[in-house]
Amino acid sequence: MSGSTEMGGGLDRRSAVATLLSGRTDLLVSTGLGSPTYDVFAAGDHDGNFYLWGAMGGAALVALGIAQAQPDRPVAAFTGDGEQLMGLGGLATIAISGAKNLSVVVLDNGHFGETGGQLSHSGLGVDLSAVAKAVGFPVVKTVTSQAELEETREAIGKIGAGPGFYVVRIANGETPRALPMRDGSAIKTRFRAHLGLLAS
Amino acid sequence: MATAVKQRAEGSADEASPWASIIYDALMAADVRHMSYVPDAGHSRLIELLRDTPGVTSTVLTTEEEGIAIGAGLWAGGRRSVLLMQSSGVGNCINMLSLLASCRMPFLTVVTMRGEWAEFNPWQVPMGRATPQAMEAMGVRIVRVDHLDDLAETMSAVTAMAFDSDQAIAVLLSQKMLGRKKWVAK
Repeated sequence: MSGSTEMGGGLDRRSAVATLLSGRTDLLVSTGLGSPTYDVFAAGDHDGNFYLWGAMGGAALVALGIAQAQPDRPVAAFTGDGEQLMGLGGLATIAISGAKNLSVVVLDNGHFGETGGQLSHSGLGVDLSAVAKAVGFPVVKTVTSQAELEETREAIGKIGAGPGFYVVRIANGETPRALPMRDGSAIKTRFRAHLGLLAS
Repeated sequence: MATAVKQRAEGSADEASPWASIIYDALMAADVRHMSYVPDAGHSRLIELLRDTPGVTSTVLTTEEEGIAIGAGLWAGGRRSVLLMQSSGVGNCINMLSLLASCRMPFLTVVTMRGEWAEFNPWQVPMGRATPQAMEAMGVRIVRVDHLDDLAETMSAVTAMAFDSDQAIAVLLSQKMLGRKKWVAK
């Protein structure tokens, strides 16, 4: 990793996610398998993080469920372009949900980073922000600078006009592994305990 | 199909689908307060009942697997959910069901069966036949209901098993019980 905010035509993913989660208060987070799960963990483990290590295409929908169950808390999914591409239909489902407390943050490097760096549909020309607009997300932003990251941090940390969809343009490349807990049952129980729910 | 849905929703809707109110009552008693669904003629009355209930939120899906992920998020956030679908959608759920097994989460789905009794559409048969095995392969317990008289007790039992004992359960409503699909033009 370089120390600059821009790297190879995109933002550094670790510092971008760290910026989006800095000063976090009551935000609840789900993460898409692969690098977004590592990025969110690297920004600081948190009991309000629901890490996915599988169930590809499900991260934003898990966040929708959390948002529907906890309408007074802001909720964000952090995922990658590849993971979201597997759940494109889910974007239509989220867009019509009316969940004002939900944000979907797609860390988009145009590649399937976890599987050898093959070009993704995004890298081959599919514009995820245009998809989000087409299905009716009321808030759609493409984030390419530190200033826009900071604006996005403010937006996802509160109940807004959402659901919001944010495409963060990140550089393609290797990052050090930062691996959170993998036991899904423990992740679930910790998350529910954080919300004061019976740990059943 | 839209015509058939409409007909079921009108007038004698409860007589046309007596199972709907039985399932509805059990879901209410079990504090289920969210429904995910893919539209289905057999479920149309239940969908209508739940949509009309204050305090119950609902999500229409583009494909059934979405309901698995949404239900998991709802449970993590403290709300109980049910997924309504037809047997043709069960295959769409396979990998997403790993979420429930990995996190040992409660899950309840009510599945209207096709392809097993007086079915006129051969395309419904393969997934209908594979439905129990597909669910069981991913750790979902199958409970079949063949007779209306058993439905209330079954629903009461499965809601307890799902939400109190952290089980993933699919209730299969047999096509024989649901009756032949009505294809009425007018």
